[in-house]
Amino acid sequence: MKLRRREVVKELLEKRGELLVVAGLGSTAWDITAAGDAPLSFPLWGAMGQAAMIGLGIALAQPKRRVLVVTGDGEMLMGLGSLATIGVQQPANLTVVVIDNERYGETGMQRTHTADGVDLAAVATACKFKHAITATADVAPVRELVYRAAGPNFAAVKVADEKLPLVLPPHDGVLLKARFRRALLGDSADVLPEER
Amino acid sequence: MQPDWPAEIHRELVAAGVTVVGYVPDAGHKRLIELCQTDRGMRAVVLTTEEEGIGLVAGAWLGGQKSVLLMQSSGVGNLVNVLGMIKVCRFPLVMIITMRGEQGEFNPWQVPMGENTARVLETMSVAVRQAGDAQTVAAHVHTAIGLAYETQGAQAVLIAQRVIGIKSFQEQRNQ
Repeated sequence: MKLRRREVVKELLEKRGELLVVAGLGSTAWDITAAGDAPLSFPLWGAMGQAAMIGLGIALAQPKRRVLVVTGDGEMLMGLGSLATIGVQQPANLTVVVIDNERYGETGMQRTHTADGVDLAAVATACKFKHAITATADVAPVRELVYRAAGPNFAAVKVADEKLPLVLPPHDGVLLKARFRRALLGDSADVLPEER
Repeated sequence: MQPDWPAEIHRELVAAGVTVVGYVPDAGHKRLIELCQTDRGMRAVVLTTEEEGIGLVAGAWLGGQKSVLLMQSSGVGNLVNVLGMIKVCRFPLVMIITMRGEQGEFNPWQVPMGENTARVLETMSVAVRQAGDAQTVAAHVHTAIGLAYETQGAQAVLIAQRVIGIKSFQEQRNQ
């Protein structure tokens, strides 16, 4: 019985506390919204390939907070170089989780490279991630990486290639940015540092 | 006597409180990259492609930190789609770009992107400031950082190839 993406993401985000979350465009943005939209979630509607790098930027800016990037296999494949960049920076507070259905889900369920055996966790290992696993049955080890293990951490979670109802987050980019910064930085997010 | 423009840029970055510097190496940026790498108040992040810098900048600002990107003009071609995120989210963005394909260029493959760098940036709503001589570079960077963070916009400073003054592969290697 294959894991189901909505259940996996819901389990990952349960009692998320102060976790900062970036979701790649498409299915993973809908997945985190189905689990409950929140100000400290930044779902992407574009910029394919950049989810992990946005996570790195947040992780470097907020070294005391844990950061989770949850994205799809197609989105991760477009930004494979970012795994090398993260490997060089070694952010201890960053975990990248790929919800891997081996399909481009938004465009007609075409097979991605992972369907033909490209091993994303092996790429992450080669890029010096501290932990890199592939999960097929149990989400608990992935939660351990997200909330406790010193990173950078990577998990590919193999899931069923199901088509699910859309659960859309807000799509105004300025709103998504501003609410994230306010929730993280307080009211001072709206003024420049020199004006605080 | 030409001013030490890389050191002047570095001073502007320090004064503005920039803590994250993403870069794809360029011979013209060699000294500035080294200044940022050795500055304990800055995190210099080497990128595999300029596109990664856009994600880095967005994330750093979500986390409350100011950043800049360093690249050469050819790299601007790698940014086009992801600049859409900068526009729709109104992320502050400062890019300091050394030009190729201009006066003194020796490599014809650098010319097509060099001739269209400003046009590509402006097409994607990035304001372009042309630093044509070493004396004006720091002032342009100062203006770009101020406008980017005060008006939540995208700014690029293009440093002319004659400021960098590299005219051959050998000179580039000796840089």
